Amino acid sequence: MTTVHSIVPLLAFLVSLVAVIPIVLLGERRRNAREAATFIAGFIKFALVASMVPAVLAGKVLEFSFIELLPGVALEFRVDGLGLLFALVASSLWILTSCYSIGYMRGANEGNQTRFYAFFAVSLCATLGVAFSGNLLTLYLFYEMLSLATYPLVTHHQDKEARSGGRTYLSYLLFTSIAFALPAVIFSYLNSGGNMDFTSGGFLADKVGGGSALVLLLLFVFGFSKAGVMPFHSWLPNAMVAPTPVSALLHAVAVVKVGVFCIIRAFTGVLGTDFLQTLDVASVISWLAAVTVVTSSLIAMTQDNLKRLLAFSTIGQLSYIVLGVSLLVPHAVQGSMLHIPMHAFGKITLFFCAGAIYVASGKKYISQLDGLGRAMPWTMGAFAIGAMSVIGLPLTGGMLSKIYMIWGAADAQQHALLAVYLVSSVLNGVYFFPIVYRAFFRDPQGGEVYDRVSEAPLPCVLPLAITAAGSVLLFFFPGLVFELTSLMISAD
Amino acid sequence: MTDQLPAIIVLMPLLGALLSVLLGMFDRKLCLPVALVALAITASSAVAMLANVLASPGQSLSYRFGGWDPLVGIEYRIDALSGLVVLAITAVGFLNAIYSKTRVRDESPRREHYFYALYLLLVAGLCGMVLTNDAFNLYVLLEICSLTSYALIAIGNRRAALASFNYVIIGTIGASFYLLGVGYLYIKTGALNMDGIHAALRANDIADSPTIKVGFILIMLGVWIKMALFPLHGWLSNAYSYAPTTTGTLMAPLMTKVMVYIMIRMMLSVFGTEFVFHEEFWSNGVVWIATVAIIAGSVLALARSDIKKMLTYLIVAEVGYMVGGAWLGNHSGMIGASYHILSDAAMTFCLFLAAGIIINRTGEARMNAFDGAFKKYPLTMIGFTVGALAMIGLPPSCGFFSKFYLISGGIEAGQWGFVVALLFSSLVNAVLFFRIFERAYFPKDLASGFEFGGDPDAKPDRSLDQVPYSMLVPMLIAAASLLVIGLANQTIVGWLNTALASFSLK
Amino acid sequence: MMLDHAMLANLIEDTVVPKINFWIYIILMMTGLYAMISKNNLIKKLIGMSIFQTAIILFYVSIGVKSGSGIPILGAETQREFHEVEHHNHEHDEHPEEFPDVYAYPTINPDDYANPLPHVLMLTAIVVGVSTLGLALAISQKIYHEYGSIEEDEILAQIKTRSDNDD
Repeated sequence: MTTVHSIVPLLAFLVSLVAVIPIVLLGERRRNAREAATFIAGFIKFALVASMVPAVLAGKVLEFSFIELLPGVALEFRVDGLGLLFALVASSLWILTSCYSIGYMRGANEGNQTRFYAFFAVSLCATLGVAFSGNLLTLYLFYEMLSLATYPLVTHHQDKEARSGGRTYLSYLLFTSIAFALPAVIFSYLNSGGNMDFTSGGFLADKVGGGSALVLLLLFVFGFSKAGVMPFHSWLPNAMVAPTPVSALLHAVAVVKVGVFCIIRAFTGVLGTDFLQTLDVASVISWLAAVTVVTSSLIAMTQDNLKRLLAFSTIGQLSYIVLGVSLLVPHAVQGSMLHIPMHAFGKITLFFCAGAIYVASGKKYISQLDGLGRAMPWTMGAFAIGAMSVIGLPLTGGMLSKIYMIWGAADAQQHALLAVYLVSSVLNGVYFFPIVYRAFFRDPQGGEVYDRVSEAPLPCVLPLAITAAGSVLLFFFPGLVFELTSLMISAD
Repeated sequence: MTDQLPAIIVLMPLLGALLSVLLGMFDRKLCLPVALVALAITASSAVAMLANVLASPGQSLSYRFGGWDPLVGIEYRIDALSGLVVLAITAVGFLNAIYSKTRVRDESPRREHYFYALYLLLVAGLCGMVLTNDAFNLYVLLEICSLTSYALIAIGNRRAALASFNYVIIGTIGASFYLLGVGYLYIKTGALNMDGIHAALRANDIADSPTIKVGFILIMLGVWIKMALFPLHGWLSNAYSYAPTTTGTLMAPLMTKVMVYIMIRMMLSVFGTEFVFHEEFWSNGVVWIATVAIIAGSVLALARSDIKKMLTYLIVAEVGYMVGGAWLGNHSGMIGASYHILSDAAMTFCLFLAAGIIINRTGEARMNAFDGAFKKYPLTMIGFTVGALAMIGLPPSCGFFSKFYLISGGIEAGQWGFVVALLFSSLVNAVLFFRIFERAYFPKDLASGFEFGGDPDAKPDRSLDQVPYSMLVPMLIAAASLLVIGLANQTIVGWLNTALASFSLK
Repeated sequence: MMLDHAMLANLIEDTVVPKINFWIYIILMMTGLYAMISKNNLIKKLIGMSIFQTAIILFYVSIGVKSGSGIPILGAETQREFHEVEHHNHEHDEHPEEFPDVYAYPTINPDDYANPLPHVLMLTAIVVGVSTLGLALAISQKIYHEYGSIEEDEILAQIKTRSDNDD
């Protein structure tokens, strides 16, 4: 892999930060112009990220570093296959979510919209910072920045619920990152001899013993609690107090994906999968993830609040990724990387639908959804597709990543974990299927007539249709994501 | 002229103090300009002097008053560490003087000339303490600082006088212990110049004598009392909270940090690492004291509902960081402690300034001053937020890097208690400050939030927080400096490395 | 084993008498510290502070003492010798041909003079002590104006009632 110096990563990172200025200045008075600013920034960002694809596919790594922060460690961007993949997902979905937000925020008459769009932009900036991080310190820096930037979004409604949800959110995230991730970062630095760059065999490979590696892994997995591994998962359901666009992008895509992204980096770039295979300690993580998968699916089955159900579903899906990468074999690791875009498109569709339902009909609970499919066919149809992708059914992208992860489990001779994948898929079906069934095949409760309820506003429906279609398209045209992830695997 | 910079740095404020009193008898409005000019000259001299130091061989300058040989005269010796600390002192002094413009008018009317005279004397004393290479001269300057600070505190509100009185008692004990320690050293070494004492300790092999050891203990005790190391911290909280605003903002960032610098200077330049870290039992013991200080300071801060008192207990915790770092006995720890002197001065300055603005504008001294503050005082709260994030230790602020070095040092030295205490303190700070942010963000009535860019219905009257620029600008500069110090930490640490290279630390 | 007179006398002679200055200053210091910490009356605290500082001053001055020495000022005889040598050497510098020799200064035996340096240092310390005392007295006056008392317990009680009233 050749390293090329390029300013494009920096520009892509800065676009949304710079966009905050017009957003704030235009304010509520010129709301259409303000929204336009977000869109323009989103398109520029996506274009910049997309422009890096040819170079990365050709095997180059784009690098940009500025100030040296610690001896040997600079604030540094380095774009490789995984980082670019994540950046593509985040930036493309930002555009769609901005469109969706217009419909949702105006439809639900939310206040303080300027603040919302401004902090959204900052959060995306931080997400790209994580995606492009070239070393562990930069990763940690942007990880923390994301926690802070998303707080005003989570507590947007500024009522009692928001306050307590926000408290849980920040206390979990900050506590785990300071108490676990920070010592892990420092420990890595001290043992690495002053280098924290992610290298394709792991920069700590052969430098730490088995016990230290296990401790490090645990610190990373629990420290990056945005990945929702139990028991530090409670922030996710509690963060559902946020408006749905926030839940959609941040908690189905950006924030939680940052968490698993960091864990993948820890496994592949810090310790190295080959090195870990020789140590045989990663199985502890596998079992932690497996417990999370099963438990979260079981809890999801008991939920009546749609967004909470989706939150627990996300926790389970994230632990699929952690489980996959902890299996250490190429197929499983690739599967976990693939699951980032697949799950992103699927989950965001589901959240978009949940929000659309709320905007159009005011309903939050599954038990209220009977017969809604006839009044909102597009929305519930997209919901069905998204659910299929998350379950891993054919014709949706989710199936591909799941197959890889299951294949990897077979390669690693971990039959129990393979069973966990299969069983949890079934459980996913168990809690998703009733929703679709109720919406389409039952009559509205109490004879309620959905005459005043029609589809949600167009800015809401359009994105969810696009993401649903995206889930299907990823099944048929997965080439790009496969190539980007293969670059990471072959380099190992 | 540039050779005389060390003298100018101390003399300018002295002259300024004199002028302030004289001119103030005619027109009190002249005092602030006089003070600002004096401090501006001092600050620029400090910058120039630092540049000189970095350019000179071995990065060390020596200045002899009156040209007398160091063994008989008074010598000032400057290396990168003292240069940086002097820069911090003068910068804080200058910015704080700008900040004081409206406060002094409100809090000490008709006595501005005395206030500024004391202020300038305090700055002169602090600078001198850092620059001097003579142990007794240090005592003199220490007492200059102490006396002026007693007076500056006593100017404050009703409870200030008693707080200052208690500070007088305890401060005198501290300074007297230091003096006694110097006396013991003099008995054995016959020298007062720090380098002279060091040479005598080495040459004559007297380092093991009880006199020297007792001298060391007395000096350390004296310095610890003056820096409010737990459990000798009792005077700090009352003294700094009841002081008038500008006194608090001047003293909180500087006095304890300068005393930490003195401790480091004594440990390294006078006694030497071999002597200080000879008995692991004692150095471990001090690190444990520091660990307790960190935990106690953090917990006590949590319990406080008065804003200033909370911040003063955070100072107690931060002193624990520095003392622990210095006594770890390894290079990272010492770098962490030295860097933290600068970092903590900036953080404390920023927080006290911002808190001062909020307290002044709302008239409330307790936590409820912060209700809805993000909406009412957005710029001030941004400054406060930056300071708070630095205290918690989030990158890329300077607080993160200090913690990084200190934790690295702690891990290398095997002092896990210290490491845990540092992490614990970060978490406690996070809780502390997020309670404030919640108050500031969620308004009391919980009905209306805060809106960027103005509501459509808002009247366009508010100009930048309704706070005078003289208060706002220094605070924002202080907040910006936190990020600058953090991002530039490699440069600063590079200079510190050269300064510490001559002392053999592991 | 009982301490009889002889042993006690020996003990005192060996440890106390040679270092009597240290013992005195320790006792004074402890007295001062005790007063500072435990007395209730503010002025008594200040008196204790004064005693404390004075003890240290005495200690320093006592360091400079040498047995058989006098005050650190050159005697009239020695001063005249110094002047003559200085004058001669000055002439030598001006007219080297006329006065070819350089005279050496007469040697001074340091043992004849007490060490002046501690005295000098303590001049400063005395000034510091006086200033501190003056300042503290001014502060006490302010306290008295405010609370009408200089007894610490009364003042604290007043503070408490005032803050109770405020809340």
